[in-house]
Amino acid sequence: MSPFFVITGIVTLLGAAFAMSLRNLVHCALAMAVAFSGIAALYLQLDAQFVGFAEILVYVGAIAILIVFAILLTRSGEAPEKSVLTSGWMAGIAVSAMVFTMLGWAVLNSSAIPKETPPAPVATVKNVGDALMTKFVLPLEIIGLVLTAAMIGAVIIALKEESKNENPGRKS
Amino acid sequence: MFDKLDQIFVTVLHWLVSFVPEGLRPVVSAMLCIAFVMAVFPGVFAITTVLERKILGRIQNRYGPNRVGIPFTKIRLCGFGQFIPDGIKSLTKEDIVPRAADKVVHFLAPVVMLMPVLLAYAVLPFGRNMTITDYDAGLLFFFAVGGAVEVSVFMAGWSSRNKYSLLGAMRAIAQMVSYEIPLILSAVTVVMVVGSLNLSEIVKHQNNYTFGIAHWHVFTPWGLVGFALFFIASLAESNRTPFDLPEAESEIIAGYFTEYSGFKFALFFLGEYLGMFAIIGLGITLFLGGWTSPVSFLTWIPSYVWFLSKLMAIVFVFIWIRGTLPRLRMDQLMNFAWKFMLPLALINILVAGIWHYMAADWPRWLVCSAIIFGAYAILGRGLMQNQNFSKRIYRYAE
Repeated sequence: MSPFFVITGIVTLLGAAFAMSLRNLVHCALAMAVAFSGIAALYLQLDAQFVGFAEILVYVGAIAILIVFAILLTRSGEAPEKSVLTSGWMAGIAVSAMVFTMLGWAVLNSSAIPKETPPAPVATVKNVGDALMTKFVLPLEIIGLVLTAAMIGAVIIALKEESKNENPGRKS
Repeated sequence: MFDKLDQIFVTVLHWLVSFVPEGLRPVVSAMLCIAFVMAVFPGVFAITTVLERKILGRIQNRYGPNRVGIPFTKIRLCGFGQFIPDGIKSLTKEDIVPRAADKVVHFLAPVVMLMPVLLAYAVLPFGRNMTITDYDAGLLFFFAVGGAVEVSVFMAGWSSRNKYSLLGAMRAIAQMVSYEIPLILSAVTVVMVVGSLNLSEIVKHQNNYTFGIAHWHVFTPWGLVGFALFFIASLAESNRTPFDLPEAESEIIAGYFTEYSGFKFALFFLGEYLGMFAIIGLGITLFLGGWTSPVSFLTWIPSYVWFLSKLMAIVFVFIWIRGTLPRLRMDQLMNFAWKFMLPLALINILVAGIWHYMAADWPRWLVCSAIIFGAYAILGRGLMQNQNFSKRIYRYAE
């Protein structure tokens, strides 16, 4: 483990922990942006440039902003008075510990572990693009179609309903 | 001899790095590159602030700063020493934090603003062999770090607990998100034609000459439209007039950095200008041939001189526009982005595809130009529809 890996790992985990535990929701969203950037840095250390940059572009640039806007538009930015922990937090920790043990056990005993690690494939951005445009062109197009449908739906929801008694004219 | 002058910074870097032991070389090399960026571009920023005030003064028929020179002498330097007292002033001013402000976020916002902006310089080719990190996906890196600026704008606006700050931040983010789409789509055409996201490759592709004139992308129909779109979108991304709604003084004081004073304000100022230089640098790299010379008989001029002079020329156009155009209204801003620039950028992508697959002869010039001109005319008319340009009625000022 290189020191860079340790540092980015600690930053990511701290960001994730703060995103869960801080009182103010906007602080939580910002801490989550830190966690996303840490994950992107981890990807970059693994030489996965495309995934790393896409992580920053999509999660930090778009999703974090979207969450922050949603928080601002739906509630006032005041922090809640009562504790962020619900009364059943002991049970929650127990359940999550059990899930973690289960997953860890499953991973350690899986048949993939003893196999020899294959040499890392050279995945340049050009390869990713070529694969998207040849082998995976159908899934790509379907995703594009789904996103377009979602966007049209959002526009229809956001459209102003034309009411009859509204005073016509007087457009600003 | 000119070759040596062209590569002088690279040579000096290799020479300096050769003094340190083998293991430390990558780190020292990176540090020196960072020092280069930190020395050159804030320097350009300092000159630009004075230049901007002087040019705006000239446009508005007044002098602008012309006093500060070397102390205790009669040398005035035409006022170009002005940035030194400005910097000292911003360092010595009181740092005021509003009582209701969110202290930590308020403190961090200027830093978060400056960091991605400086990171963006890592992939720009300043000259021949002068790219700091030659990422395979350099263009993607540039846009990715640019997206982080929005977070800092939100942090500044929200943490100040001031309605003007929050309004400014909302405006800024809405504007940046809207104009990022035409910005990226206009850059996509270049990627399609060059076939690479690497910025050095993109410059290399433009470094050929026919009849002594360079193959810059701006000299093709799709490149011209792409450059125009990129230029307008970069004006909006860097919050410059006519898209300076996020910091419209007469409406919302100073936008998201209303509650910042002293050096934090200076950091925002610096971040904004450095972001502007970075995005201009990207525009130069994509469309104006990067560090290449426009005509083949001037290739002896060092590459970094070409880059910097193109940068300063476009900065001058930015200042010129600031002195000339009035500010847009919010709905005009959004209409322009979504109803004009976005469709034109999409059509431009189509045109770049046609350009790529047609034979390199005069018909492709004709076809591509015709499509672009038709699209421009139809979209322009569409934008003008339902707009009645009658006498304006001032509702609250009669």
